[in-house]
Amino acid sequence: MDADKNFLVGVFDDEEAVLSGIRKVRESGVKIHEVYSPFPVHGIDDALGLKRTRLPIAAFMFGLTGTSLALTMQIWMLGFDWPMIIGGKNFVSLPPFIPVTFELTVLLSALGMVGTFMIVSGLKPYSWPRTFDLRSTDDKHVMAIDLAINSSKAKADISKLLRDAGASEVNEKNFE
Amino acid sequence: MQVTSVVRDPLVTGGKTVKDVSHDISRQVEAKPTTSWWIAMAVSLTLFAYGFYCLCSVLWNGIGVWGLNKTVGWAWDITNFVWWVGIGHAGTLISAILLLFRQKWRMSINRAAEAMTIFAVICAATFPLVHMGRLWLGFYWALPLPNAFGSLWANFNSPLLWDVFAISTYFTVSLVFWYIGLIPDFATIRDRAVVQGNKIRAAVYNAMSFGWQGGAKTWMRYESVALVLAGLSTPLVLSVHTIVSMDFATSVIPGWHTTIFPPYFVAGAIFSGFAMVLTLLIITRKVFKLEDYITIYHIELMNIIIITTGSVVGIAYITELFISWYSGVEYEGYAFFNRVSGPFAWSYWSMMTCNVISPQLFWIKKIRTSIAATFVLSIIVNIGMWFERFVIIVTSLHRDYIPSSWTSFHPTMYDIGEYIFTFGLFFTAFFLFAKFFPVINMAEVKSIVRSDSEKLNHHDEAGKH
Repeated sequence: MDADKNFLVGVFDDEEAVLSGIRKVRESGVKIHEVYSPFPVHGIDDALGLKRTRLPIAAFMFGLTGTSLALTMQIWMLGFDWPMIIGGKNFVSLPPFIPVTFELTVLLSALGMVGTFMIVSGLKPYSWPRTFDLRSTDDKHVMAIDLAINSSKAKADISKLLRDAGASEVNEKNFE
Repeated sequence: MQVTSVVRDPLVTGGKTVKDVSHDISRQVEAKPTTSWWIAMAVSLTLFAYGFYCLCSVLWNGIGVWGLNKTVGWAWDITNFVWWVGIGHAGTLISAILLLFRQKWRMSINRAAEAMTIFAVICAATFPLVHMGRLWLGFYWALPLPNAFGSLWANFNSPLLWDVFAISTYFTVSLVFWYIGLIPDFATIRDRAVVQGNKIRAAVYNAMSFGWQGGAKTWMRYESVALVLAGLSTPLVLSVHTIVSMDFATSVIPGWHTTIFPPYFVAGAIFSGFAMVLTLLIITRKVFKLEDYITIYHIELMNIIIITTGSVVGIAYITELFISWYSGVEYEGYAFFNRVSGPFAWSYWSMMTCNVISPQLFWIKKIRTSIAATFVLSIIVNIGMWFERFVIIVTSLHRDYIPSSWTSFHPTMYDIGEYIFTFGLFFTAFFLFAKFFPVINMAEVKSIVRSDSEKLNHHDEAGKH
């Protein structure tokens, strides 16, 4: 059996059920493919043992790029490439450069972080996602379990485990 | 796992379940537009068309068709610009600052407020663009490109150039923040369309949702992005109106050369923005029957923000007057004497009445929880805030240093027409948004609805015993 093709899908009615369900399933040694929810469930990342996202670091690096780009641009343009006397002030003085520097820091940081988020999460306008259960964007929490990865356990056992863990229904989903 | 205080009123009433939220909000996207929607659209498109005609005349003939003269070189254009930018501030305040303060009541109003921000900034941007005269050449003037492909660069010491960066960054970041919030809701509409068998709608909303699925890992990243964007937008929104105020404050014109301008403008912006949010939401909740999501409690909280910021603005007006006398500067003193008693005194006192006195009525609980009173006062506040900008700009300019160059200012039909154009643009965009986009953030509201309805049911049971 190939991985990433045949799944058992447990449907949970609310966030308390899915949180305790995740713990029970993981305790029994079954690996969870992913849990889909209609809204962010607090504590689900701990329950699934997910590592904290490093996106804020990316945002910081993009912001730093914006800061240095803005300062370099202004100092080079007005200080070196074509110095202009404006109100008898210094060619290069930091205070009037702060607004543009701040704005470009924010701009690059925000766009960079969102761009990174889109790429790492595989969000693209032209792809249809594989849907395990259409209700996972409405009111149900859906737990997908890859049968190939958990091949040491029988399908019936996993199905029973999901029911015991609080799933209101268990369906089979096969992708070509 | 929400912890909700028992003392607080529920944020969503009517005992809604998670499924009800999807249904109530997606319903108007799926249904055919109502007659009232078509009427509203027709009115705003008419305004848009008339305004567009005036705008084209301005572009064709030049800004000489406005009522400006040598002394009053800025009037309605910059007044309207500052007014619209200010209105936009409430959306960011609701979505970013209230997120950082963990104010859950923002959840049912942030979507519409952010949409308002984006449309208001577009409206604002039309004024400086048109004021450039030949706006197709504006790119060379406003962006740091070598001028006319020579070698002279834009002047980074100028607050007008700071404005270019501030407004464009503000627009981009607000748009991205708003869109990120929309993605999960578009996915909800897509999946409902698949169930309903509407292939076209499913494909369109799938493209708009970027193929969103809502996996736990994606949600974790999504929340991290939302938090960082909120953290970035908070200083951003404060910086935008600070920089707008520097357009005036860094000059040496009496009446403009004031150090309190940045906080005073920011408070005024939030004040007018919340008034506009109230105007729009009172209509939206009625038209789309969202009374259970946007409750009297939401309206009351927004009115409290209006009292607070309105009082800050009032103190700023009085401080300005006091300092103009206390500084002992003759010109400064005259500028303010002329404001309160000169030919434009009527606009000064309209501003004082609308902005300082009228919001104080919200101290009375009956008024701040009344929808009709809130609706009327929200419009009065916005009229007042328009007058504030008009007073600051025109009364400081129209009596120049030499009495021989004293003039007045009268708007022409083109000044008025371009203002009407922005109203047409704003409402057309807002009605399109209200029809085709979910007007309430479904995913966020779902996260608060369960604990709230459980609490409600619990109370009901307790009442029976």
